[in-house]
Amino acid sequence: MALELRDIHKSFGDTRANDGVTLTLESGAIHGLLGENGAGKSTLMKILSGYIGADSGEIVLDGTPLRLSAPRDAIRAGIGMLHQDPLVFLPFTALDNLLLGAPAASAKDRKGARAELGRARERFGFALDPDATVRGLTVGERQQLEITRLLWLGARILILDEPTTGISADQRTTLFEALRSLASEGMTVIFVSHKLEEVEDICADVAVMRRGRVVGTSAMPCPSDRLVQMMFGKVLVEAEPPAVEPGEVVLRLEDVTVADRGLATTDLTASVRASEVIGLAGLEGSGQRTFLRACAGLVHPEHGRILLGDRDMTGRGLEAFLAAGVHYMPAGRLEEGLVSGLTIAEHVALVTGNGRFGIDWKQATDEADRRIERFSIRGSASSPADALSGGNQQRLLLALMPPDVRLLLMEHPTRGLDIESADWVWTQLMERRRQGTAIVFASADLDELLRYSDRILVFFSGRVLRTLDARGTSGEELGALIGGKEAVA
Amino acid sequence: MNTAEAARRIGTRLTTSLIPILLALAVVVGLLAAVGAPPFTALGYVWSGAMGGSSQVGDTLMAWVPLTLAGEGLVITFAAGLWNIGIEGQIVMGAIAATWVARIGPDMPFVMLLLMFLAGAAGGALWALLAGVLKTKGRVNEIFGGLGLDFVAAGLAVYLIIGPWKREGIASTSGTEIFRPSANLPVVGTTRLSLVAVAVAIASVVLVWLLMRGTMFGLRLKAVGRNPASARLMGIRTDRYLLGAFGLCGVLAGIAGTIQVAGVWHKLVPSVSGGYGFLAILVALLAAFRALRVPPIALFFAIASVGSAQLTLLLYLNSAIGGVLQAVVVLFVILAGGWQLRRLSKRRSAAAAEAGAPATVAELQASGPAAPVETSGTTGV
Repeated sequence: MALELRDIHKSFGDTRANDGVTLTLESGAIHGLLGENGAGKSTLMKILSGYIGADSGEIVLDGTPLRLSAPRDAIRAGIGMLHQDPLVFLPFTALDNLLLGAPAASAKDRKGARAELGRARERFGFALDPDATVRGLTVGERQQLEITRLLWLGARILILDEPTTGISADQRTTLFEALRSLASEGMTVIFVSHKLEEVEDICADVAVMRRGRVVGTSAMPCPSDRLVQMMFGKVLVEAEPPAVEPGEVVLRLEDVTVADRGLATTDLTASVRASEVIGLAGLEGSGQRTFLRACAGLVHPEHGRILLGDRDMTGRGLEAFLAAGVHYMPAGRLEEGLVSGLTIAEHVALVTGNGRFGIDWKQATDEADRRIERFSIRGSASSPADALSGGNQQRLLLALMPPDVRLLLMEHPTRGLDIESADWVWTQLMERRRQGTAIVFASADLDELLRYSDRILVFFSGRVLRTLDARGTSGEELGALIGGKEAVA
Repeated sequence: MNTAEAARRIGTRLTTSLIPILLALAVVVGLLAAVGAPPFTALGYVWSGAMGGSSQVGDTLMAWVPLTLAGEGLVITFAAGLWNIGIEGQIVMGAIAATWVARIGPDMPFVMLLLMFLAGAAGGALWALLAGVLKTKGRVNEIFGGLGLDFVAAGLAVYLIIGPWKREGIASTSGTEIFRPSANLPVVGTTRLSLVAVAVAIASVVLVWLLMRGTMFGLRLKAVGRNPASARLMGIRTDRYLLGAFGLCGVLAGIAGTIQVAGVWHKLVPSVSGGYGFLAILVALLAAFRALRVPPIALFFAIASVGSAQLTLLLYLNSAIGGVLQAVVVLFVILAGGWQLRRLSKRRSAAAAEAGAPATVAELQASGPAAPVETSGTTGV
């Protein structure tokens, strides 16, 4: 018995989330699916479980093509997905949650559901109180409930999307035991993760995804550095950036702890000098964004101090940071940078019109034309920002940057750009650096980090795992550190 | 752009605005026939009731004035991405403040009216700012905050009318004492038309148009309305601009309320706003929040409102048919907008499949989405 994915394609707008994925998964084993955030793992698994439809491609189970237009179709075919945040109804009891997902015929079968929970306790050691409301359960217990439910519904293929996030070590042991026992009974388990150690721990084989494609498969065990190389690509650092003598200290963080949307980022200590480029490495959500947002005055430290030059800026707001020459360019170009529906000329007027009451549209349009030419933006003064391609949006954002930036904070400066645009962006940034701007950027691209940074801060689970000199670091070393493995050299 | 392209654009514009109106008229004709009234005679009565003589035209224009003022106010708040449902209450508070001045102010012809307008504007602005503060400081959605404040304002008006401001000897919901002559707007001949009121409404159109088109305030407001996160990072203090939008809208609503008491009722009555605030939301929707499109649409609504009152008298029909006409037009226009959006996205995917590349949004916009298409983008709730 085997599950085959054949040439799966899925695009969201211009982004190719899955770009021809072909994969065969035998039953009776735990299969790892590795890849960094944005590699396309979740999209693929959502297609497999019927949550979203593929643009093209086939899913074949035991030689029969499946038509999955809803999760219900998938579960009928025996495919069940455990989401990163278990989809449960918080105010209901564990028993009711089980019944809610049940097919209509058994919806009143409270006895059967209770017995099922009992069986799960015996088989896997899932200690769930049927009458406890789910709100009071931990994430790990909610997971156990969801697994019980999927098995009760007849799942033969179990997909787990980053299942170890937010659960305790004991619960992880219980979970892994349960998965091993299910695999030994002939079930197919797909274990989606970006944590190398866990994949090494329980998977029989692994497929690695990068940029929407499966870039390699391997039986386990497999050396970490090979997995890292598959995840991040062959890292060839070609050019050293032109050395610029760093100036005075522009930014200093002293033992800063920040909490942003639930994630605490702790013990940040760093110092950035003028004309320095600092790369922030790490899996998405490891604290890089929080670091940047704290340096822009968007979140305030609970502990520690942030200084710009000699000025203590701790607790000051965005306006104070902007006035002090800080400029923040977040990853979402249309979400947090540009304004959809406003034209290039209107954007130029927005950033140049400070202190004025009226707008001289002639002047704004002329200025927009000048910037369009200087930053080679493909568009006209009257093009709305959302009509531009990603690369041109990034060019526009650079064109809108104020002239006197002392500290530039960027997230993913070249994400989604073609090579030419990416090179061009970095030429601009390096020019800024020559003029004395300090640059701190977060990136998932090891090549970019190693090529342009002077130093790299590697983030893992909300803290800086290591500070590296970019010039003495190999791609393998950086990749392993990002995956949380300190020992690999 | 070549002439064929231009002609196509104008064609799309016309179809998207005319077809819904024709469809709505058809529905109303069907409704009238269904209740046994001669449809075309009835519509004829509506027209003559609104435009048949100088007195009727005067009444219609006096309905057009508050609709236009409130509609222009909503252009500002909608630009900031706000659904200012509280505008009804803001009109009432303007009327209450103006009435207060009319009661205690100096009995001097020009001064009295000036003070009433100032007080009315302040009253409306304060009530709007209250909704604004609830939103920016208290995280109360402006729709719920505004709706709540509408009821409070209406309750306050009734309380004042039957309580502190009741007429000598009697307390009745028919209203307060009639104002002194100095507190009434001068009218043209025997009609109820006040040229001052019309001039104020026209001025509001021009001012809002200039504000949204040629000032940094208007541009920043648009940025805040379309993308608060980006606007914030550009250093725009979004809360201040939201409050500014509320305040300006409140000023215009308050002036509308002042005109209602000084020009129409000459006293404070419980239903002083006449529902024009809510109706103005529909006007602003149809106008796609463009300042210059508000006056003609407000005129259409004023005609339907004033004219349909004739149906009660002449055909013993409920005048609610006017409201039905207005509502059906709005529904069809929004429907046409949504339908066009679907068609455009289909055309885009077809073009993309053909050319192997997605069409740009610029191309989509060049093909001229109708007004309401934009509104869904500007003010998604």
